[in-house]
Amino acid sequence: MTINELQNEIIEEFSFFENWMERYEHLIELGKSLPLIDLKNKTDDNIIKGCQSKVWMFAELKKNKLKFTADSDAIITKGIIALLIRVFSNQHPKDILDSEIDFIDRIGLKEHLSPSRANGMVSMIKQIKMYAIAFQTQLN
Amino acid sequence: MIDVNKIRKDFPILRKKVNGQNLIYFDNAATSQKPSKVINSISEYYFNYNANIHRGVHFLSQEATDQYELSRKKIQKHFNISKLNEIIFTSGTTHGINIVASGYSSILRKGDEIIVSALEHHSNIVPWQMLCERTGSVLRVIPIKMEGSLDINAFHKILNGKTKLVVVNHVSNALGLINPIKDIIDMAHKFGSKVLIDGAQSAAHFKTDIQLLDIDFYVTSAHKLCGPTGVGFLYGKELLLNEIPPFQGGGEMISDVTFQKTTYADLPHKFEAGTPNISGGIAFGFALDYLNEIGLENIANYENELLKYCTNKLNEIDDIEIYGNSKNKIAVISFNVKGIHAYDIGSILDKLGIAVRTGQHCAQPIMDFYQIPGTVRVSFSFYNTKKEIDIFILGLEKAIKMLR
Repeated sequence: MTINELQNEIIEEFSFFENWMERYEHLIELGKSLPLIDLKNKTDDNIIKGCQSKVWMFAELKKNKLKFTADSDAIITKGIIALLIRVFSNQHPKDILDSEIDFIDRIGLKEHLSPSRANGMVSMIKQIKMYAIAFQTQLN
Repeated sequence: MIDVNKIRKDFPILRKKVNGQNLIYFDNAATSQKPSKVINSISEYYFNYNANIHRGVHFLSQEATDQYELSRKKIQKHFNISKLNEIIFTSGTTHGINIVASGYSSILRKGDEIIVSALEHHSNIVPWQMLCERTGSVLRVIPIKMEGSLDINAFHKILNGKTKLVVVNHVSNALGLINPIKDIIDMAHKFGSKVLIDGAQSAAHFKTDIQLLDIDFYVTSAHKLCGPTGVGFLYGKELLLNEIPPFQGGGEMISDVTFQKTTYADLPHKFEAGTPNISGGIAFGFALDYLNEIGLENIANYENELLKYCTNKLNEIDDIEIYGNSKNKIAVISFNVKGIHAYDIGSILDKLGIAVRTGQHCAQPIMDFYQIPGTVRVSFSFYNTKKEIDIFILGLEKAIKMLR
């Protein structure tokens, strides 16, 4: 699926929830089911700066596609990571760089984009794009 | 006694709904809300007597200058300061600290020592580190004990003849503990050291008598005590302020300018370069008036009741750990729920219309000491109620249930 198709899928999935509690409960469930990051990649080097909760993110290139694994010490943050990984993992670096991400706002989680959250999600998206730039250069 | 229902009417923002719920504002240590009297004083200035101060011969400038200088007098009275010229208007606590830290560049020598406490806000750590880098002085730290209070015995041991400055907050922003500043000042003075007290967290909750405590430098911000953001003051003993050079050059701070040499103005203007935050300075005075009408003692008693009430309620919840347990404490509670990240709790409480603070509270060394990534901090003001605490506790229980 393309990044946009995945975004639309998530938007549809969240449209069934009637209130913030259901949305957050789902987010928490997603957080709990996030696949574990390989311990050897959970290093200080892979910590994303600028998040109130700790976020580790690792990326590797497999068959010209980027594969992300990540973890956080906060469960809501993990839920957000799970969404981001669903959208960005197994995509070509160029597609990641060209993508426009608007699903966060559209599923009623825009508060997580606010700078007062110490830029948690913004930093994560930025990091994903940095990885994409780095690997795109390798492919060229 | 405090009539909280009457007081709440003074704060228009408390009528606001957040996420469809009545706002519950428990982030008062970050900034307090403002009463109408203070808000109106700002628009009153712009509506009726906006003019630049200290320069104009015209009517408006006189009126603005009078009001601005009246605020200085209110500060003098409120904090019991000996001379008006010992009060420097600043943009806030951080600015005040930086004036002193910058000024001490010309006083400190290599090998001199500055003592800070482990309870400080980053703003009361970093300027001193920068000063040490510039001068070759050494930064030493008063450690804290497990319950969060300063280790005064250890302080005594690191004090010595090379100590030139001791900087400590009156109240810790992360834990809310009141530090024994009288003891610290007396000990420091025996070694000939000066003391800077950061009053950002204390001034809204109890009165500070600067002369009685024999404080050398004192800084605070108006916005923590019902005043506007972007204004505060630095107090320094006249002799000490005369010793340090100006922080910024500009208009207002000079007495004579030629291209060969400029002579500086007398205190306080030497440190007040440029057009100040006039409306903010005036509103600061109105904020002090407001607090004094209610009475700082009444405020302290009432907030203490809220503190006890909430602490007891929190202790009834399983797996709560409160950091900073001391009898000498303002109405701030910093806590964690075992196994749950503070950020998660804060996010759920926000959805319930409850504003708390989560994270390191700009005091990373304290979090490192407890080996935690951060805490949830609730901080009360005299316009908060027990009913709000009940709603907060229900919200917290709901959050825990969701997050477990």
